[in-house]
Amino acid sequence: MLKAKTPKKGRIKRELEKRAPKLVETGKKTLILQGTKMSRVLNAVLADLYHLKRESAIRYTRKNDNIRPFESGGESSLEFFSQKTDCSIFLYGSTSKKRPDNLVIGRTYDHHIYDLVEVGVENFKPISSFTYDKKVAPHVGSKPFIAFLGEGFESVDELKHLKEVLLDLLRGEVVENLNLTGLDRAYVCTAVSSNRVFLTHCAIRLKKSGTIVPHVELVEVGPSMDLVARRHRLPNESLRKEAMKTAKDRPKKKIKNVSADAIQGKVGKIYIPDQKIGDMALPNKSKGVKRERREAKMKNGNKERASKKQKEDSE
Amino acid sequence: MDTEQQQYEVDLGHLMSFDPHHHFPSVPSSREDLVEECVRKGTDLVQAIVVSLFNLPSTEDVDGPLVKLPSPTTKLPREKHLPKPKPPTKWELFAKAKGIKKRKKDKVLWDEQTGAWKRRYGYDRVNDDEDIPIIEAKMTDEPGEDPFAKRKAEKKKRVVKQEKNRLQNLKQAAKAGALPSHIQLAATALPITGTPAAPKMVTKDELGNVAGLAATATASGGKFDKKLPGEKPVKKQGKHRKFLPVVEGAGIGRQEKEQTDKVLSKIFSQHSHEILNVDKAVSKYTVKKEKSRKNQQGKSSTPSSKLKANSKPMKVKNKPNKKPVKGGKASLSKKAK
Repeated sequence: MLKAKTPKKGRIKRELEKRAPKLVETGKKTLILQGTKMSRVLNAVLADLYHLKRESAIRYTRKNDNIRPFESGGESSLEFFSQKTDCSIFLYGSTSKKRPDNLVIGRTYDHHIYDLVEVGVENFKPISSFTYDKKVAPHVGSKPFIAFLGEGFESVDELKHLKEVLLDLLRGEVVENLNLTGLDRAYVCTAVSSNRVFLTHCAIRLKKSGTIVPHVELVEVGPSMDLVARRHRLPNESLRKEAMKTAKDRPKKKIKNVSADAIQGKVGKIYIPDQKIGDMALPNKSKGVKRERREAKMKNGNKERASKKQKEDSE
Repeated sequence: MDTEQQQYEVDLGHLMSFDPHHHFPSVPSSREDLVEECVRKGTDLVQAIVVSLFNLPSTEDVDGPLVKLPSPTTKLPREKHLPKPKPPTKWELFAKAKGIKKRKKDKVLWDEQTGAWKRRYGYDRVNDDEDIPIIEAKMTDEPGEDPFAKRKAEKKKRVVKQEKNRLQNLKQAAKAGALPSHIQLAATALPITGTPAAPKMVTKDELGNVAGLAATATASGGKFDKKLPGEKPVKKQGKHRKFLPVVEGAGIGRQEKEQTDKVLSKIFSQHSHEILNVDKAVSKYTVKKEKSRKNQQGKSSTPSSKLKANSKPMKVKNKPNKKPVKGGKASLSKKAK
C-alpha cells in the first residue's frame, strides 16, 4: 500500500519546492568541508573561501574520516552531505605527507559526483594580510568579473578543466539583469606554468574617463594563492551530455491585465478599488473609552490634544 | 588597445574574459613582480569586459543603470536534471478522448432554497445535502433504512474512491519521475516476501493460563494484587502434591497401597539382576581361593617344575571343583585337607 506524504508546514513545502529541479537554474551552493588532518594554511584557505562565498556556501568544521573523493566508496558520505545541504559544488581540504595542503574541488550532478579537480595550495596570503582602502572593499554577494590569463588554460588538459571548475565556483549568482553600479570585484587567474595557477581576488575602482565607459583599476584585496594541479577526474561522457542539457524555451511569465488587440494594439486593464466613504474613520468615536469621557470629549472638542501639539511646536 | 581586445574571448553572461595567447616570456623571478604583472594584465582583461558591458543598452533605475545580460556562451553543467513533464491523469486522458474542455465556473451561485448567493464548493455551499431537513419517501425505498445515513455513507464512499484515484495518478507520476516536489509516496506496509504465516488463534484456556502467569509474576506471587471486576481466579498455579489416606478403606485407601506397591515393584524389577545367586557366589569364592594357593606354589618352584606342578594340580583341581558346588560341606572338608 502507498500513501501520499505531504509536509505539514508551509515553510517546509516551500523549502522543498526551492530544492526541486528547475528549468532555469539560478546558481550553485558550495559545501566546504575537511578531512581528518588539516594544516593551518588550509584552514585559513577554507575560511577565506567561505568568507568570499558567504551568501551561498555552507561550512562544515568537523573531521570527516570516510571521505576520499577520488576513491570508489569514499564518496558516499559526500553525496549524502550534498543531498542534505542541497549543495552541488564542494571544497574538500585535507593534508598528508604525500599531498600537503590538498584541496579537492568537485561538482555534483543530481547529488552524484560529476567531476573532480585536485590542487595543492602554495604561497597562500590570507585576506587579513592585505592592507587597502576599505572604501573599495567588495560587498557580499556582488557579481564578480573573472579574468583567465595564459595559454595554459587552453593547451593543458588539467588547467582547462580547472578553469571550468573555477568559473563555476566563482561566478556567483546567475542573473539576467545587472546593476552597473554594483560591480566591485574581480578574480584574476593566471596560468604561470603548465601545472601552476596563480589566483587572486581584487577590488575594482571605476574611474571617470570622459566617455560612458569608465576606466578600471584593480586593487588586490586577497586572498591570493598558487594552485598546483594534481589529480583530476573528468565527467563521464554520457553524464556530461545529460548535464549540459538546457531548456529549449524559457517559461514565459504571465503578464496580468495586458492583452493584445488587432485593432487597438496593446490593451491594459486597470482596477481601481472602491472608495470606502461609508467606513471613513471618524474621530472621538472610539468604543474603548468610557461613555462619560467620550461624551465629554465630543462636547469640548479636541482641546487636550491641541494643547499638547502646541507644546511640541513651541519646543 | 583595440587589437588586444580582439584577442580576448569575452563571455558577458558570466562576466568572464580569457586571454588564450598570453604567456610569460620568462617567469618573473620575484613574487612581487609576478603579482604585479598578473594584476596589470588582469586589469586589461576586466577593462575589455567593462567596455562591452557599458556599451549594452541600459535602463535607468533608482539604484543605477540596469543592463540585460546576454546568455552565457560558456556552458556549465546543470546542478540537477531538467524537470520532467507530468504524465496526464486518467481523467485528463478520458477528457481528451471525449473532447471535454474545461470551462470557467463562477465561484458563487444563487441558492434558491435560502434565496442568497452562496459558494459553489466548501462550507455553506449551494445545494448542500446537509441542509435538507426532509427527504421525501419513494416507492423504491427499502423499509427500515435511514436515508440520511445512506447519503452520508455514499458521500464517504465517493471521497474514498477519489483518494484512490488520486494515489493511482500520483503513482504514475512517480514512475515518470515527475512527482511534485513536496509529495512523497511512502509505503504504509512493507511488502511481504514468501508465504505469510497463518495467524494463530489463541484459545480461551491459553489466554487464561497466560493471564494467570502474569498475575502471579510479583514478589508475593500475586497474593496482594487487586482483582479486577470480572477477573476469575487463576486456573493453573504451579504443581500440586496430593497425599492419599494411609488408612485402608474401600476406595482411596487401596489406591495408596497400590501406589507404593507399584513403586516397589518398579525398583525390584530394575535391580533384579543384582539379587544374590548363592551358587554363583560360592563358586566364585572357591576359584579365588584356588588361585591364591597356586600363586604361592609357583613362587617357590623352578620354571620346569612349575610346568609339571601346574599340569598335575589342574587335573586334581577339576575333580574336587565339581563336587563342592553341590554342597557347602564338601568345600569345607577340602579346606581341612
